[in-house]
Amino acid sequence: MLNRDWLTRLRLRWGVHPLGRKEQGNREGILTLPLPSRLHVPMLQHTGQPAKPRVTVGQRVRKGEMIAARQGNISAPVHAPTSGTVIAIGDYPAPHPSGLPVLTVSIDCDGLEEWVDLDPPSDPFALAPEALAAKVAEAGIVGLGGATFPSAVKMALGLRTQVRTLLVNGSECEPYLSCDDRLMRERAAAIVDGMNLIRHAVGAETILCGIEDNKPEALAAMREAAAPFPHIALRRLPTRYPMGSDRQLIQVLTGREVPSDGRSADVGVLVHNVATCYAVHEALRYGRPLISRIVTVAGGAVRAPRNVEALIGTPARYLVEQCGGLSGESARLVMGGPMMGLELASLDVPVIKGSSGILALDASELPSATPSPCIRCGQCVTACPMNLMPFEMSARIRTGALDEAVGMGLKDCLTCGACSYVCPAHIPLSHYFNYARGELTRRERNTLRQESIRKLVAERSERLERDAREKAEAAARRKAERERAKAEADAARAAKAAAKAAEESSA
Amino acid sequence: MVAVLSLTGLGLLLGLGLGVAAKFLRVEQEDGRIAEVEALLPGSQCGQCGFPGCAPAAAALVAGAAPVTLCPPGGRDLVEKLAALLGVEADTAGMAETVPMLAIIEETQCIGCTKCFKVCPTDAVIGATRQVHNVLREACTGCGKCVDVCPTLAISLEPVPATLQSWTWHKPPRELPVLNAPLSTAGASC
Repeated sequence: MLNRDWLTRLRLRWGVHPLGRKEQGNREGILTLPLPSRLHVPMLQHTGQPAKPRVTVGQRVRKGEMIAARQGNISAPVHAPTSGTVIAIGDYPAPHPSGLPVLTVSIDCDGLEEWVDLDPPSDPFALAPEALAAKVAEAGIVGLGGATFPSAVKMALGLRTQVRTLLVNGSECEPYLSCDDRLMRERAAAIVDGMNLIRHAVGAETILCGIEDNKPEALAAMREAAAPFPHIALRRLPTRYPMGSDRQLIQVLTGREVPSDGRSADVGVLVHNVATCYAVHEALRYGRPLISRIVTVAGGAVRAPRNVEALIGTPARYLVEQCGGLSGESARLVMGGPMMGLELASLDVPVIKGSSGILALDASELPSATPSPCIRCGQCVTACPMNLMPFEMSARIRTGALDEAVGMGLKDCLTCGACSYVCPAHIPLSHYFNYARGELTRRERNTLRQESIRKLVAERSERLERDAREKAEAAARRKAERERAKAEADAARAAKAAAKAAEESSA
Repeated sequence: MVAVLSLTGLGLLLGLGLGVAAKFLRVEQEDGRIAEVEALLPGSQCGQCGFPGCAPAAAALVAGAAPVTLCPPGGRDLVEKLAALLGVEADTAGMAETVPMLAIIEETQCIGCTKCFKVCPTDAVIGATRQVHNVLREACTGCGKCVDVCPTLAISLEPVPATLQSWTWHKPPRELPVLNAPLSTAGASC
């Protein structure tokens, strides 16, 4: 085993080793938070289309009741995290660096925690794989590692492409975060059951679970829980960032590389996070939808950092208050991990399905230096897990040559931030890549919009032409009618005159 | 002698052929470029460039009678594309970053005169006589034609509001060269 680790370390030429600081939060057990007075449940907590509210203001909802249905193929429903009354459906600040509002259902909790009638299958293993995926979709489960991709869609894809191996991601490579660590230590049996259920739902043969070697207790707990199942193998991974990225995890665990334009299913594997496995277990064994998650509350400005189990929609401020509150001023608030998490403008935003952590960092935990010019040292190239050249790409993006940056592999970038972390010149490399990708999407959207507008213009000119033509035709018709009437009148007059003349002549 | 004559004759014949072909080809080329430029332009015929529509503007661009920066709705992207296509240098540094605009009708001032929806090139304004008009966001290009004809100044152009789906990261500020940077700022990281 030791030999294997040593080989892996030698083989992997990417990644960085940020200071873990996981001991801040992983010493104490998971604290189930007391019920807050009000919850704000956003309709967009997943990748894809937002969910559509199915409740009205003033309506009473029970815990676990579906309050919003999914829209489109890639979407997930949202459930009431507790029983209470819907007091508002409208815009509320999203947990996002932009601070923009998102459609949110606000619920006043009544404190009764009254569940809807749960209907768990008596034996989920007796159900067809498709039926299991449908139940997972109904439960609103999304990837809890941070990507928040609807799990049922992924499971259906795995079944369709006949994956052989289910990879379970327990690496938790982001510094500070220890929610998966505590979950594995305390609820290993449930996670293992969830793994087996997903294995059944995707028709995989073996399960490979990777856990970084900075979590020995979690690894031991999982080994014990998985001992009765010969098809589950647990692997100790070297601690390195970004080990938790699916492409890197697949590379380390299976030795296979996912093609640049492909998905993990193309190499016969499917990756799910340990927390997702736990949510699947809850949904299929007890019928409970995804209404809560484990969140790491940490950072130098938090008095008593620890992991809490919070209902979706709980204000971040409430979480921090329950962990002793802030000691002095926090220099930066982050949702998620410090490497890839999103900066928050304030704590008055709700916890969502993808919130693995709420961090209140103090000034000593932030980089203090200002950016200086690139010295082309190449450290970012060594650190890049996708073998890209971040310094070359950022130079092109700075001058606006986005197409050249795309040619150098911008679309393969994970925006993991390893390059920004090692850069001795403190250049915000991954910020450049985030900007460039946003800009490219914007341009794509613009092109589509221009096409639709061109169509509108063409339709309008066609309509105007048709109108003019019809008007001209109508005018011509009227003119012809007038002339005919005139000719008829003339003819009648002439006939009359002729008759008169004839009368006169005969007389 | 025969060889000299035949080669001279051949040269003259081919030269004539080339001359004729060049005349035809030049016309083809010119047309093709106008069509290409027109495809790049927004196509809303808004007239902000001073030409009656996008096709005359494209013709003027190809003829070199108009600068590549003529189209306000196209923004910086369009200027770069046009400059690349026409092979001219474009000075985009002075150009302000344009934001997409949207026409907004102030309901309390609208008298339902229908003037605005008669001029809208994309049929983005809906309404009827003596009914309050409104703007379809998806169809509005922000060309401003309706603003000019509104008799009660009820229409204004506003930037398209950002949503979570349309929001993107801003460009990082350009890093400045640091001269004699104090040592204490180097090497500090999180």
